[in-house]
Amino acid sequence: MNPGKTEQLKTENKNGEMTYILAWAMLVALTAITVGVYTLHLGTAGVAIALVIASLKAGVILLFFMHLRQESRFLQSVFLLPVFLLGAIIGLTFIDVWYR
Amino acid sequence: MERHRDDIGARTGMWLFLFTEILLFGGLFMLYSMFRMQHGAEFHKAAENLNRIAGTTNTLVLITSSLAMALSIAAIRRGRKAASVALQATTVLLGCVFLLIKYFEWSTEIGRGIYPNSPALLKLDHGEILFYGLYFVMTGLHGLHVIIGISVISFMLVSTAKGNITSTDHVRLENSGLYWHFVDTIWVYLFPLFYLVT
Amino acid sequence: MNESGIQPGFYAAPGSRTGIFSWIFSTDHKRIGLLYLFSIFSFFAVGVCFGLLMRLELIAPGRTIVGPSTYNAFFTLHGVIMIFLFVIPGIPVSLGNFFMPLQIGARDVAFPRINLLSWWFYITGGLLALLSLFTGHGPPDTGWTFYAPYSIRTGTNVVLAVSAAFVLGMSSILTGLNFITTIHRMRAPGMTWFRMPLFVWSVYATAWVQILATPILGITLLLVIIERLFGVGFFDPAKGGDPILYQHLFWTYSHPAVYIMILPAMGVVTEIIPVFSRRTVFGYKAIAFSSMAIASVGYFVWGHHMFTSGMSDVARVVFSFITFIVAIPSGVKVFNWVASMYKGSIRVDAPLLFVLAFIFLFSIGGLTGLILGALATNIQVHGTYFVVGHFHYVIFGGAVFAFFGGLHYWFPKITGRMYNEKRARLAWLFLFIGFNALYFPMFILGWEGMPRRYYDYLPKFQPLNVVSTVGSWIVATGLILLFANLLRSARKGAAAGPNPWGGTTLEWQTSSPPPHENFGEIPVITQGPYIYNPSKGKGHGTA
Repeated sequence: MNPGKTEQLKTENKNGEMTYILAWAMLVALTAITVGVYTLHLGTAGVAIALVIASLKAGVILLFFMHLRQESRFLQSVFLLPVFLLGAIIGLTFIDVWYR
Repeated sequence: MERHRDDIGARTGMWLFLFTEILLFGGLFMLYSMFRMQHGAEFHKAAENLNRIAGTTNTLVLITSSLAMALSIAAIRRGRKAASVALQATTVLLGCVFLLIKYFEWSTEIGRGIYPNSPALLKLDHGEILFYGLYFVMTGLHGLHVIIGISVISFMLVSTAKGNITSTDHVRLENSGLYWHFVDTIWVYLFPLFYLVT
Repeated sequence: MNESGIQPGFYAAPGSRTGIFSWIFSTDHKRIGLLYLFSIFSFFAVGVCFGLLMRLELIAPGRTIVGPSTYNAFFTLHGVIMIFLFVIPGIPVSLGNFFMPLQIGARDVAFPRINLLSWWFYITGGLLALLSLFTGHGPPDTGWTFYAPYSIRTGTNVVLAVSAAFVLGMSSILTGLNFITTIHRMRAPGMTWFRMPLFVWSVYATAWVQILATPILGITLLLVIIERLFGVGFFDPAKGGDPILYQHLFWTYSHPAVYIMILPAMGVVTEIIPVFSRRTVFGYKAIAFSSMAIASVGYFVWGHHMFTSGMSDVARVVFSFITFIVAIPSGVKVFNWVASMYKGSIRVDAPLLFVLAFIFLFSIGGLTGLILGALATNIQVHGTYFVVGHFHYVIFGGAVFAFFGGLHYWFPKITGRMYNEKRARLAWLFLFIGFNALYFPMFILGWEGMPRRYYDYLPKFQPLNVVSTVGSWIVATGLILLFANLLRSARKGAAAGPNPWGGTTLEWQTSSPPPHENFGEIPVITQGPYIYNPSKGKGHGTA
């Protein structure tokens, strides 16, 4: 009995080559958009847009290239933990630096 | 004793390791946020001197290398060993191209006399000193990860060619892929934070 | 080992290697646990020596045995060794490595080779730390916190000490990710989350803190090295940097680190109390969730180490508030432990004595923590011996006393023999009295304003310092008694049998010492642990 083997099949990655190529095309398009937005020099709004686009790209990489879609529910749910934690660390430090 | 094998467990371990990497870079992202908040204008001024074309090219190079990596796993899963080896080689090659472009960029900065603690850099404003400090430290640490990734994938490439990574047993290649995609993801954030500062 | 009918168990495991190599290259979690146990207590002995020397210097004002710079090196090395090489790895890598897989009914951890690698990282880090003493321009003198800008400017051997801490951090991360994966993937059939022993829960919570906090230390230490080599200037105001950001980064790790130290200790306490009270634990889920709550809230309180650093007022208020929240889950645990003993048939053997001492000393440490967490009182006692007293009550009185309790509790399982109960109690008495004599005066000294980290003090502080130094000698005697008893009993003790305490968790269902791969057949679990009511079954033992 090999438990790893049977569960492996359950989460067997169903991504075909086409999915990867489409994901890649999305990443290229998003890169073009973020560079395009930069040339408009939007100031603070530009920073927000650049970070949103970067997060979209990260999402594409995670979901398709890294197969987070097919991973166990445990990984899907705890994946946001380090991200949230980093946000909290930056936020709390921000409270110090901003009000100093 | 039959060797215990648990692919999901192995991937779980890799993901947990990537969490630690997120927070390792996280400390630097925290410093970046604080310094940029204090020195927004100087960051903009300093970023003007970086080579935007090189940065964009490198973004495309890494994205494409990630595609090759993902395809190489799909190939080995279908038992296409030669295709998988070729795609892994493409990943390694593109990783090297990334490092080469990075090398020329750093050389340009250093050629202008801009490197940590250099006399030319210390004459600039505080915000610019910090910007270049972050630039060298963060892209340097990222570059180190690229080098590690290249080494790991080269090792996997040899394993695949030798037939040790097969259509039914390839979790090592998958984990190397996870690492490589993670390195790509970090760059996805570094790119706008250094090259597209408005 | 056979003359008294004790099976050799895993000590006679089949393998190609013999002698010391069968240990230092073993991937058996039990052998690695024991390797770690001996390694961390060896470093503990070194740390104790530095502590004793510091107390000896402080027996009288002025220069007694060493000068100021040697004293600075003493407290730096005492801190680095005790924190990074003893309490942080501490219970998880030794008792956790040995007993967590046993308690969940697994044959080993998820990644046995990574487990061994983490021990090698640990040893490398330990040797680097010792090397920093004898090479370069003198031992580091920054304190274990390596605060910038001093750590970047001092001529002493900081880079080596910092690299040591970095490598030790990698070791800690590997252990953490190994344990999380093990607990998720390798529980025996029927071992649901809420049937796991609470020690496993505490190790699990600790492992999360290890992997989510340690990387921040990693980058912080890396930056100290980078600053020393290249002078980037992140923490240097002359270049626009900010030394307070160093403190933020450092304490973002180092506050959660105290939960790495105390959470597994709380787990040991929760194991011992039901066994020695013959009662099921009161509020199983409350204890399990409070471990997770302490682990998560503990991330957001680091600023209370920085109340006098020049941090903004808003941040100080916020951090002070969050600090008080941690008291809630800690209180939940203390009340649950006491309630678990209520109306039990209590058997006061050495493990329980250490646990009772833990509850008493940890409560004092926790309550003085409230004084430190409140902004106004913190300003009065910040940087004084009050902090030293508080810290040692929580970590020595808490974590280490629980560690000793666990060591006695599981000793028969590890060795197959019983320790000498009378000597164990004597050692406990010495430790308990010596501990209070050593650290309680520090609260008074700190309140009166004696600053920490100086080799000298005003003459009016001398009487209490003498009490404290004498206390350190009593503690040292207690430690010698304790370890002499355990080492002697490991060879000469009477055979213990598989379950000398009548425990209900899985490690007591296998032989003492456990065989290679722990169980002949993997048990099937049908109910929760800690069931002592005969009409309701026998806990994990029924299957």
